[in-house]
Amino acid sequence: MAEIRIEQLHKAFGDFVAVRDSSFTVRDGEFFVMLGPSGCGKTTTLRMIAGLEMPSSGRIFLDGEDVTHKRGGERDIAFVFQLFALYPHMTVGKNISFPLRMAGVSRREVRERTQEVARMLQIGHLLKRSVAGLSSGDRQRVALGRAIVRRAKAFLLDEPLGALDAEFRDLMCEELRGLHDRVGATSVYVTHDQVEAMTMADRICVMDKGEVLQIGPPSEIYARPATRFVAGFIGSPAMNFLTGEGGAGASAIRVKGGAIPVPRLHEALGSGGVIVGVRPEHIRIAGEGAMKGRVFAVEYMGARQLITVDTDAGRLRVRAPNTMRVETGEAVGLNFDTESLMVFDPQSGRALASDHAGAAHG
Amino acid sequence: MSARATTAHSVVEIKAAGKWFAGILVAAYALVAVIPLAWILMTGFKSPPDSISYPPKVVFEPSLEGYVNVFTNRSRQTPEYLESLGPPKAWYDKISRKRNMVITGPSRFAGRYMNSVVIGFGSTFLAVFLGTLAAYGFSRFKVPLKDDLLFFILSTRMMPPIAVAIPIFLMYRTLGLSDTILGMILLYTAVNVSLAVWLLKGFIDEIPREYEEAAVVDGYTRLQAFIKVILPQMRAGIAATAIFCLIFAWNEYAFALLLTSGNAQTAPPFIPIIIGEGGLDWPAVAAGTTLFLVPIVFFTVLLRNQLLRGITFGAVRK
Repeated sequence: MAEIRIEQLHKAFGDFVAVRDSSFTVRDGEFFVMLGPSGCGKTTTLRMIAGLEMPSSGRIFLDGEDVTHKRGGERDIAFVFQLFALYPHMTVGKNISFPLRMAGVSRREVRERTQEVARMLQIGHLLKRSVAGLSSGDRQRVALGRAIVRRAKAFLLDEPLGALDAEFRDLMCEELRGLHDRVGATSVYVTHDQVEAMTMADRICVMDKGEVLQIGPPSEIYARPATRFVAGFIGSPAMNFLTGEGGAGASAIRVKGGAIPVPRLHEALGSGGVIVGVRPEHIRIAGEGAMKGRVFAVEYMGARQLITVDTDAGRLRVRAPNTMRVETGEAVGLNFDTESLMVFDPQSGRALASDHAGAAHG
Repeated sequence: MSARATTAHSVVEIKAAGKWFAGILVAAYALVAVIPLAWILMTGFKSPPDSISYPPKVVFEPSLEGYVNVFTNRSRQTPEYLESLGPPKAWYDKISRKRNMVITGPSRFAGRYMNSVVIGFGSTFLAVFLGTLAAYGFSRFKVPLKDDLLFFILSTRMMPPIAVAIPIFLMYRTLGLSDTILGMILLYTAVNVSLAVWLLKGFIDEIPREYEEAAVVDGYTRLQAFIKVILPQMRAGIAATAIFCLIFAWNEYAFALLLTSGNAQTAPPFIPIIIGEGGLDWPAVAAGTTLFLVPIVFFTVLLRNQLLRGITFGAVRK
């Protein structure tokens, strides 16, 4: 159990900067998810924490101790790889006990701890089997078992569910989170899948192009994205973006074909416009509204439906209850949940300070 | 070689006629390849007159004379002298008595054979050992000028090794390596190591790095990870490489003929010059050749499964 603190971590491969001056702290016992598109530096960061990559600069603290220059094996960290890295020439039991057999643990204890872990993961009956014939779920469990068995200070997981099919992934998400709650070890989990991140994380760290954009609990990341990138990356269907005009003190943004009331802005931008971000569930279809549009498509999704509306300012996606009846081509009005709207600086992508209760800080 | 029934996974499944054609082709090739071997095997069990009879005899009375002759030195004696020796003691005495010969002692065949074993297996071990370490280095580490070095290593095989026979002969004479077992081991290792590095690098490249990384995170050193994780997974590749190296070193003739004579001579240059009365002793030559084939056949059959996996490695990944 330990806190992981990253200070000004920087990693460059030649001219390519994989991770740019990142700093954050993973709290003791926390389930910390690093989320971002591929190539955003999340895996590189994880590998630096594990000691598999050396940072170009910056420092890594594990439990208050500077481990930046320690070998991976000396850090007491367990790592679960994307493709599990199970040793094909060993049985399930041998795979799980592999880290213990190095640590100089007595043979009896190795056996007991292996069995204990296998029971916990419900793979006790597989211990003598070769890993070759296992289902992907069981492989996943073996990989987790190998990580747990050593009782390391922290678990690092690199897209461990990436190789599973969708249905099974949901189940493993639950299992993983349950396992984390039982073991209670600090976990850093890397994924590009926002659903995984949302369902499992205590806190999410969103990265893009080597930079940490925002760190916070899933609800905060979703409701108050710090940048336009975070806003667009999180949420499905994605947030709508409209370009418009509006300065400090404004309580509405003028867009083509209407004005959208927003929380009062505290900042002014030198020139150019702003970008309004609206999640599909924060738009209501009505007869009259702040904007007018024409229904382009209706997708029925069970409890909800997704309505795409063409307006003068662009195409908007609206999430509506399934009781609403609209036809393709019908003219409709749109109203916005003012409190939930976000305004972004188009240059930096930063969210502008506004009247939001507990506004996202720029 | 074993023909193996496989289920075709390909979309383009071979038609029955195609299979027949392929089968006939393989059978024809096998016939061509097997006839000389069968002839050698048969000749080994012929008597010297049968072995050179014309037209060649396919049906003959089997005799162990060739095998006795390859292992012994004999001398011709007068019938009176043979009479005075009393009845022959062992079965091999009986065979030589029939030709009015007495066995005077063992031939040099066993010694030459042992030289072949020591040099062949020694150089194979050395080439595979060095090759494994070099291949691992090339596969996993940033080596300056890696591509150039690899090309250089390969380029040593671009001309027939015998092309540099004269320089090597002169060098060996100066260094005192001529006609020594060590000299031959080093020579064959040098020829084989480039092949070993290239083959083994391919095998190591196929093994995901995550395996070692997982071991390193779990507290193993790089070397321990290599021994515990990489080596066991390279078994097939090592077996395939070892067989290729062994076959070369075992069968090599030209260098052995040039560089060895009394001391470190291997079997290949020795076998064809086994002289009997009035010329080459063909049954003895054939018997020596047959015995010479045994270790390679044994070794290949032993590692057959590994070899098959090794050669098709990478082609069948799940």
